[in-house]
Amino acid sequence: MDLLAQQLINGLFIGSVYGLFAVGYTLVFGVLDILNLAHAAVFTLGGLLAVWLVEAAGLSLWLAFPVSVFCCGLLGLLLDRVAFAPLRQRADSNFSGLISSIAMAIIFESAALGLFGARTVRFPAHTISVHIWRWGGISITSLQVEIVAVAILLMVALTQFLNRARVGKAIRAVAENDRTARLLGIHVDGIIAFTFFISSALGGAAGILFGLYFDSLSPDMGRSIELKGLAVIILGGMGSIPGAILGGLAFGLSEVLTVALTGTSNLRDAVAFTVLFTVLILRPAGLLGRKKMREA
Amino acid sequence: MLDVVDLTVAYGPMEAVRDVSFQVREGAIVTLIGPNGAGKTTILNTLSGVVPVRSGRILLDGRDITGMSAHRRVSEGVIQVPEGRQVLAGMTVRENLEMGGYRRPSREAQRDVARMEERFPILGERRNMAAGSLSGGEQQMLAIARGLMARPRLLLLDEPSLGLAPLMVKAVFEIIRQVHDEGLTVLLVEQNAHLALATSTHAYVIESGKIVLDGPADVLRSDPSVISTYLGQTV
Repeated sequence: MDLLAQQLINGLFIGSVYGLFAVGYTLVFGVLDILNLAHAAVFTLGGLLAVWLVEAAGLSLWLAFPVSVFCCGLLGLLLDRVAFAPLRQRADSNFSGLISSIAMAIIFESAALGLFGARTVRFPAHTISVHIWRWGGISITSLQVEIVAVAILLMVALTQFLNRARVGKAIRAVAENDRTARLLGIHVDGIIAFTFFISSALGGAAGILFGLYFDSLSPDMGRSIELKGLAVIILGGMGSIPGAILGGLAFGLSEVLTVALTGTSNLRDAVAFTVLFTVLILRPAGLLGRKKMREA
Repeated sequence: MLDVVDLTVAYGPMEAVRDVSFQVREGAIVTLIGPNGAGKTTILNTLSGVVPVRSGRILLDGRDITGMSAHRRVSEGVIQVPEGRQVLAGMTVRENLEMGGYRRPSREAQRDVARMEERFPILGERRNMAAGSLSGGEQQMLAIARGLMARPRLLLLDEPSLGLAPLMVKAVFEIIRQVHDEGLTVLLVEQNAHLALATSTHAYVIESGKIVLDGPADVLRSDPSVISTYLGQTV
């Protein structure tokens, strides 16, 4: 029983990181109807850059985190300018944008290799003081609590921003209908660029938290989360922020529970994706997805 | 107020609007009538800056705005209420109004939201509902109110009666008359030529991207070719 409770808690922690990663994915998708497949590469760069800032530049993690997140936001602006904006007028921009984002992902991954090397790195041991709390057989570290707190804080902040702030509402307006948004006087290109900034910043933040959680970062760490992130936003409903959060938690939980119940990690991905397909059969639009009518 | 000079608009090789010139005087209601596909909506979209011009000029108060971006035109007071309402369906009624005042200082815009909810009580009652859940007529009210939120000087209305029940059409045109009486200049595109001519001061007839006839609305109303082509069924 303790083992199960422990795994549930672990699932919550890793699920919150998946959710944070997926929120950035789904935000861009909601606005542009385009998958930004360079999101996982930004995630990787965010984590590695934070390690570098701590290790080589000697910053504290609490400073390295926002600096790295901000740099990832700038990468998002670059992505928009280079990979998406030039294609926006094309009729096939959804597809061509997908391809050019893959190209950007490769460039970012190469940059990560060149800048940080192929080795697996970790945050120096003294970076964060870790407490361990134990209740019976359950143990939680202060690091885990901090990870989930930061992830949830960022997701709540994003939701509030989209629901209350003037620019946040403009993002939703552009997501609904960019032509109408233009007629309302919204500077659509600026809003799209800003959306990329937020999305990539959150992706970078997820990368840092992921690296802290597993205590290991490498230039290919984005690979494993890329597909999961996609699964999470499909599970939650494409373009839905709460859906991505919920989907992330569901995915994280199903992963760790599979490991706990079967005793091996062989079936972990298989079961997680089975959950995805089951949900999609029951609710094709995803957990919180709205049925979207496509204009001709 | 608005001078359109030799406007040509093309989608690829196809010219949707050819050498069109017209004027909208301050305080007028001007109507563009014509069959489907004549280029009326294209003209409005060009005025709003969401469709590029191939050649010709658009002057607002004598100032060339031909190359001005869409959002700056909104700041200049050129506001379009698009065909088919185009409310932001997933956002609330109130958020739609707020977005209408996007380019204005937020305190002013908030005051105007309250004013709009007073003027259109149904929008006040439904302020927290998704705009997509409103009826067609209510959505048209919302679209017009959202347009007014921008404090327009020139209001471009594209097919405001399209798809509405007759009673609703009457209500919408009553609002158009009201805002005109309050001093707003209106450029109207409307299929219902009868109603459009009865409401406006001046009209242009557009066919296949060209202006074929223009004059004061009441003169056109008695023009034989207009009667046979556009007022036929209702005479």
